[in-house]
Amino acid sequence: MAANPSATQASHRTTAPVERRVDALEAALHERGMEPAAFIAEFEHLAEEEWVPRNGARVVAKAWTDPAFRRRLFANGRDAVGELGIAMPRHHRHLVVLENTDRVHNVICCTLCSCTAFTVIGLPPGWYKDLEYRARVVRQSRTVLKEMGLDLPADVEIRVWDTTADTRYMVLPQQPAHTTGWPEEALVPLVTKDSMIGVARL
Amino acid sequence: MDGMHDLGGKQGFGPVRVDDAVFHAPWEKRANALYSLAVKLGVFNMDEYRHAIERMEPRHYLSASYYERSLTSLATLCVEKGLIPLDELERRAGGAFPIALPSAAGRSNVAARERFLPGDVVQVVTDQVAGHVRMPAYVRGRVGVVVGESPAYPFPDAHAHGVDADDEPTYDVRFQATDLWPDADPALVHVGIFQSYLRRAA
Repeated sequence: MAANPSATQASHRTTAPVERRVDALEAALHERGMEPAAFIAEFEHLAEEEWVPRNGARVVAKAWTDPAFRRRLFANGRDAVGELGIAMPRHHRHLVVLENTDRVHNVICCTLCSCTAFTVIGLPPGWYKDLEYRARVVRQSRTVLKEMGLDLPADVEIRVWDTTADTRYMVLPQQPAHTTGWPEEALVPLVTKDSMIGVARL
Repeated sequence: MDGMHDLGGKQGFGPVRVDDAVFHAPWEKRANALYSLAVKLGVFNMDEYRHAIERMEPRHYLSASYYERSLTSLATLCVEKGLIPLDELERRAGGAFPIALPSAAGRSNVAARERFLPGDVVQVVTDQVAGHVRMPAYVRGRVGVVVGESPAYPFPDAHAHGVDADDEPTYDVRFQATDLWPDADPALVHVGIFQSYLRRAA
């Protein structure tokens, strides 16, 4: 098709739809030999099958049932999850595991962007990345948790952790009392992504 | 930079929206995969990626979805590094392809840095940094207590700008929310803070 200068100028006045912008980048990277299609397929597999909250749930269930593992998890989270075959990206050099108790409730956030230990607890949900959660949870922690359905007793201390460096955090929720003595495998399905972010208790 | 992205404690936002989905459209996964590919291939690093999001024109930043911000950062860095000309992206997209505004200069580590131990009382510096910085404005000049140390990481203020610098440790520093904002819900707020941003409190 011959170039039409007036049509080109008109198109430049309007921002291209975001999907067309993704198409444009993918095509440009493809033309430069970067093979984006293969990587997209690999990424979709990782996002859907590998970076799932079941990883963190296995960590939590093991920590509930294996005191030696629990100690190793607090001492060096990255090595301990590695024992379960859960890898973390190279730049996530440290995993800090935050223990909830009757008196302490931990909750994680990233006010500057959306950082999470996504290979362990799963990719962050939409609300975690939204402006509202990022702006409010550090200043109005108890109010935000209550709005999200977690009404903590007044004597529970809230500890918010803002992921501003490359250290990653996950919350170790309390084991529900009625599951004491259950085998590890039976506990895994109880553990949710929200409980490892700290906006829910189990 | 004191950018629009630095949301911690900003007021005026409504309730956290209940939106558990990680992705909302197929193009979002492609956008995420494409920037991951660029990082994997060494086109840019995570600090450059984060900073190119922060440099988005503020109205664009606030109105773009999470994955549109990813896409914009990827496009910005591909253009700035000479990999893909902007006019090629716009021609392929069939319209304007907004990218971030230019970067200010980066900086290297602060010369006088101290090693801290858990329990040390520290004060966050009052630096104003024009380029990339991972110190949320809500802790600028505030006093807190070190509760943990993480392994050395690349210093973001340098790493986002191709400036040489030593890796440095980060410290989890505990603040009282009510020291940060007198009207805050009482809580302990922990922030991962690079060594260059901290001084021993007088």
